[in-house]
Amino acid sequence: MRKTIRRRTRRSSSLRPGRKAGARSATVAMALLIGSRKGAFILHAGPGRRDWRTVGPHFLGHAVHHIVLDPRDGRTLLCTAHAGHLGPTLFRSTDRGKSWQESKKPPAFAKAPEGETGRSVDHVFWLAPGHASEPGAWYAGTSPQGLFRSEDGGVTWEGVAGFNAHPKRPAWCGDGQQAAPDGATLHSIIVDPRDPKHLYIGLSSGGVFESTDGGRDWAPINRGCRADFIPVPDPEYGHDVHCMRLHPLAPDRLYQQNHCGIYRMDRAESRWVRIGERMPKKIGDIGFPLALHPRDPDTMWVFPMDGSTVWPRVSPGGKPAVYVSHNGGGSWRRQDRGLPVNQGWFTVKRQAMCADRHDPAGVYFGTTGGELWASTNEGEKWNCLVRHLPEIYSVETAVFA
Amino acid sequence: MRVLIPSQLQDYTRNESQVEARGGTVGEILDDLDRRFPGIRFRIIDEQDRIRRHLRVFINEEQTHALETPLKPDDRLIILGALSGG
Repeated sequence: MRKTIRRRTRRSSSLRPGRKAGARSATVAMALLIGSRKGAFILHAGPGRRDWRTVGPHFLGHAVHHIVLDPRDGRTLLCTAHAGHLGPTLFRSTDRGKSWQESKKPPAFAKAPEGETGRSVDHVFWLAPGHASEPGAWYAGTSPQGLFRSEDGGVTWEGVAGFNAHPKRPAWCGDGQQAAPDGATLHSIIVDPRDPKHLYIGLSSGGVFESTDGGRDWAPINRGCRADFIPVPDPEYGHDVHCMRLHPLAPDRLYQQNHCGIYRMDRAESRWVRIGERMPKKIGDIGFPLALHPRDPDTMWVFPMDGSTVWPRVSPGGKPAVYVSHNGGGSWRRQDRGLPVNQGWFTVKRQAMCADRHDPAGVYFGTTGGELWASTNEGEKWNCLVRHLPEIYSVETAVFA
Repeated sequence: MRVLIPSQLQDYTRNESQVEARGGTVGEILDDLDRRFPGIRFRIIDEQDRIRRHLRVFINEEQTHALETPLKPDDRLIILGALSGG
């Protein structure tokens, strides 16, 4: 499978009846990259972000947790893949997904010494391009929690030993009981746009961790964040980060959607503040994804889900809505125009919501029921672009060169 | 030695369900397969040299769990997808 693969991709028809699939592909640059439980799909946008055309599935039957375009070259696509029977791997494409090559050395933990039980990667969960000054550098987060780096555009991967072999890693990551249903994960890999050696990661569970030396050493930064599933007040680690974001125009501020609410940290204080407390009480501030505006570090979108009782993790009351804040979490406003008014039991996973760079910005989310919803006016009105896809794991925007 | 390849892995073997490989142990056979079909070994064996949980490896009609298991020249290695793994 390290040879070029073409037959795995099937092309669907345009979303508008009567239009030939592929007729406009040469002029279309923007796309949505969708990872799903049963494969990857690429939605190519027509002018005005209308007339979307679906291509796929790529890697039918493989769970694709993340598919990401390298923004530094606009060409290199990386795609995680995990089939039920087989070990996890990665594929890369440099022709908009027409052909794929398998990674020659996918992320894998170090072999354990004789007599010890070693870890094995179950699946690659998160992909993050490296710093702009390091072309070809990528990071990958895995389940169970591991951090890996590639310096050749995803062809080969090495473990970041400073985390994977850190003496405190077993304590930070826990024993597996505090894992997400699909397994414990390392995600939300963030590279400081000012400094390639300044890294953040999120662990589910484990919390937020920071490295200032390119990953050689790590320290937890969770002060102020609740962890109501641990009987210790303000623990140092063990939290459940669902999604963390950093805006390049405000790199001293972090946002996270956590198991225990929505938080913001301004690094000068280095303490998480629960900005989700300003959400309506009947909605709450529990969810998985958090998406940032492309140009305004004070604007973000979240997708609240029911976190009460047995944690249903669906839209509260069956009435799906996005909530937006334009002031860094000081206040929130409901955006539900176009979404189902009732009996809409949406679940949106942590990687399945994003914004594009248009003005006004487009906002997108995918549901576990296989629907992809889009707004071309910053959340004011929503349209369903695609239905009947497999369970959607991730949605990313891409602008091809 | 003849090796039977399950459908899950036939992308690597150019859709062949049976291939020939050389080696005196299960591990050596898989190493030889990986030389000819790069990447196939890691899909079968994890980084701790364990056969992946949802794949089964048989020598003729007997299941094996160890890469060190010796093979005779007229043995047949059968790789199968487990029912729970789809």
